[in-house]
Amino acid sequence: MLNPAPVPRDPAATSRLLLTLLAVVLLWPGLRLSELDLGVLVDGSNADTMGSFVSAFLPPEHGGEFLVLLWQATLETLAIATAGMTLALAIAIPSALLATRALSLSALSRGGRPAWWTHALRWPVRGLLIVLRSIPEILWALLFVRAVGLGPTAGVLAIAITYAGMLGKVYAEIFESVDPLPARALLGGGASRLQAFFYGVLPQATGEMLSYSVYRWECAIRASVVMGFVGAGGLGQQMDLSMRMFAGGEVASMLLTFLALVLLADLLSRLLRWRFA
Amino acid sequence: MNNLQTTQTPDHAAAHGPALRLAGVDHTHAGGQLALRGIDLAVAPGERVAIIGPSGAGKTTLLRLLATALKPASGEVELLGQRPWSLTAGARQRLRTRIGLIHQAPPLPPRQRVITAVLAGRLGQWSLAKSLLSLIYPLDRQGAADALGRLDLADKLYMRCDQLSGGQLQRVGIARMLYQGADLILADEPVSAMDPVLASHTLGLLNREAQRRNATLLASLHAVELALEHFPRIIGVRDGRILFDKPATEIGPGELAALYANEQLEHTPASAPAPRVQLNIPRC
Amino acid sequence: MRVLSRLLIPLGLLGAVVAAFAFLQLDSAALLSRDGLTQMAAYASGFMTPDLSASHLRAIAHGTLETLAMSAIGTLLAVLLGLLLALPAAGRFGLLAQAASRLLLNALRAIPELVWAALMVLAAGLGPNAGTLALALHTAGVLGRLFAEALENTPPHPADALRLAGSGRVAAFCYGTLPTLWPQLVAYTLYRWENNIRMASVLGFVGAGGLGQMLYMSLSLFQEAQASTVILAMLTMVLAVDSLSAWARQRWVRG
Repeated sequence: MLNPAPVPRDPAATSRLLLTLLAVVLLWPGLRLSELDLGVLVDGSNADTMGSFVSAFLPPEHGGEFLVLLWQATLETLAIATAGMTLALAIAIPSALLATRALSLSALSRGGRPAWWTHALRWPVRGLLIVLRSIPEILWALLFVRAVGLGPTAGVLAIAITYAGMLGKVYAEIFESVDPLPARALLGGGASRLQAFFYGVLPQATGEMLSYSVYRWECAIRASVVMGFVGAGGLGQQMDLSMRMFAGGEVASMLLTFLALVLLADLLSRLLRWRFA
Repeated sequence: MNNLQTTQTPDHAAAHGPALRLAGVDHTHAGGQLALRGIDLAVAPGERVAIIGPSGAGKTTLLRLLATALKPASGEVELLGQRPWSLTAGARQRLRTRIGLIHQAPPLPPRQRVITAVLAGRLGQWSLAKSLLSLIYPLDRQGAADALGRLDLADKLYMRCDQLSGGQLQRVGIARMLYQGADLILADEPVSAMDPVLASHTLGLLNREAQRRNATLLASLHAVELALEHFPRIIGVRDGRILFDKPATEIGPGELAALYANEQLEHTPASAPAPRVQLNIPRC
Repeated sequence: MRVLSRLLIPLGLLGAVVAAFAFLQLDSAALLSRDGLTQMAAYASGFMTPDLSASHLRAIAHGTLETLAMSAIGTLLAVLLGLLLALPAAGRFGLLAQAASRLLLNALRAIPELVWAALMVLAAGLGPNAGTLALALHTAGVLGRLFAEALENTPPHPADALRLAGSGRVAAFCYGTLPTLWPQLVAYTLYRWENNIRMASVLGFVGAGGLGQMLYMSLSLFQEAQASTVILAMLTMVLAVDSLSAWARQRWVRG
């Protein structure tokens, strides 16, 4: 039985065609602005330089002097990450205590919700933490390198500031997410806020705090290497130098070391998290 | 011999040898069990055959083998005058455009719209550019609507597959095969999710479509009454072997008893697990 | 015994921290001295008066568009490459191809975007092209792995059925597998694009174009006023993208 009535239009047609049109219209200027040129990867003269650079990757550099340098740089990266995290913790813990609602006295009589005017201190601190973590650490690194000179100091400060923001905010949220009753009971019984924290909140929160902190330490190692490219010391700075000198073998060794470092840090962090959590 | 590009006119189908021929075909499952043994089968172009048998007898395996989804362990397979496994991959794909397998569980992505699902039937005949364009903007709405209209689903054109019932999905699968325009139609339990009235109506429709195009139709069915009602030739399969191959008029209780012996112990109702649908079926 | 081990780890951590500071020989005394602080304050004060002249703002607008283009085109390339690698990585072409593609995807992922950018600057020269390629390569590794996992959870029957009806491989994939894969594809891609906008502005620090390169230039030339405008622009862009994607996610992504 043939249907002589006309076929209804596709209801999705308009929006799909518009979207396709939009995509096409944006694609052209996008390609122009990004100056995309896949050809450079296979271009003649470029290819020669790249080719010799990449072929120099093998064998990876393993001369005695270089290995000592590599070892030093790796240790420096680890030190930057650890020192940066320590400073970050020094800032984060007090900030988290200030920003968290878990220790609110006014919440005792309001069923857990603090009075609005008590947020006068909390919100600015929270705001500060958010600002600190929004600015990418590499930007801080760039600025600090200009301010205090090349080397690991800039990296340590950059990590300290950015990660203070991340750790502080997450700690504050962890404090709020554990069971509030012990802390409230202590506060209600007249304990000071710090006492309520140490006896009521901290025992429950330690596992999560450690887990997150160790994960962040692992990120800090990667960040330290990346920041090295703008002069903040460690493995990254050495890699940048070797790249500029087109020393492919050295770059290869350093990349391999970086991958191994990241892998080890991942294993260590999993071990610590398993052990503590 | 066979020109793949010829359209389906009544004269063409008449005398170019059997539409399909199996000789001594064996097939083994991956686990090692023998699924089909010594299958000898010949079907003339334009014939309509029903395959019946107990569960696990090998009906689906036989149909999948005929659809070139499975390669036989031994024996000869000839479909539409060609041996599919002696062809190059490209030629085999072209042969497959002429073979339409209707799956028991329609392989339709849930989020896909019915119109796209039906249009997918001709992907083998379209260029890649046309296929991709049709994904965004369906190019042959009329063709899809016609195919769906034959199954009383024209109003479901732009709905998503996950908004349809089991029976409706099976009919969309049939519509896709109709749109594909196959010369050899292989239907694996095509009406298992439909209530008896709708099932009979749909089978009648499928038969009429096959006759209209002079296509060869093989359908496997659980419900013996439906098979006897609609198909002139019945093949009984049991334990991977063809037990009988007779005209429907010669099938009696003796043959059926032999086919389904011991089935009373694990007798399953004739319909499949999909929900039943109450529908307005136009009486033709 | 257990007490010993419970003490060991915290002691070890403490030791590591002390060693770290000792190794770096941070001259904290000099840092926090009056001179050190005044020096930093003087440097910081240069940023307090951002340059808002029309010509500089035009340059910033161009830089912003360049950064957005880098992130968009880079992510787009990554989707194509990632999808291409996800097919073998999901096991569709056999075990050997799966192992090889997974290795490649891991390598692409493990190397940070900035390192890729430095390499691409060597290959392609300074400018946004290097940044786009760097983002494309790194993100391809990330997306490829996510796509492969999604593919493994997508049934192959629809595409197989289409192949059985004579369809070519690409068409069968688009009609049979893609519809089920699509929501996850879009979700992951948008999530990475958001991240890439942040990265794109930073890649310029090694010369890969966009706002980052502008910032690096102005800092190197000690033009703090211009630099601070660029920083403001970067922050505004990141904030805008964050709120836009939060709104889009809330509006379009249902469970």
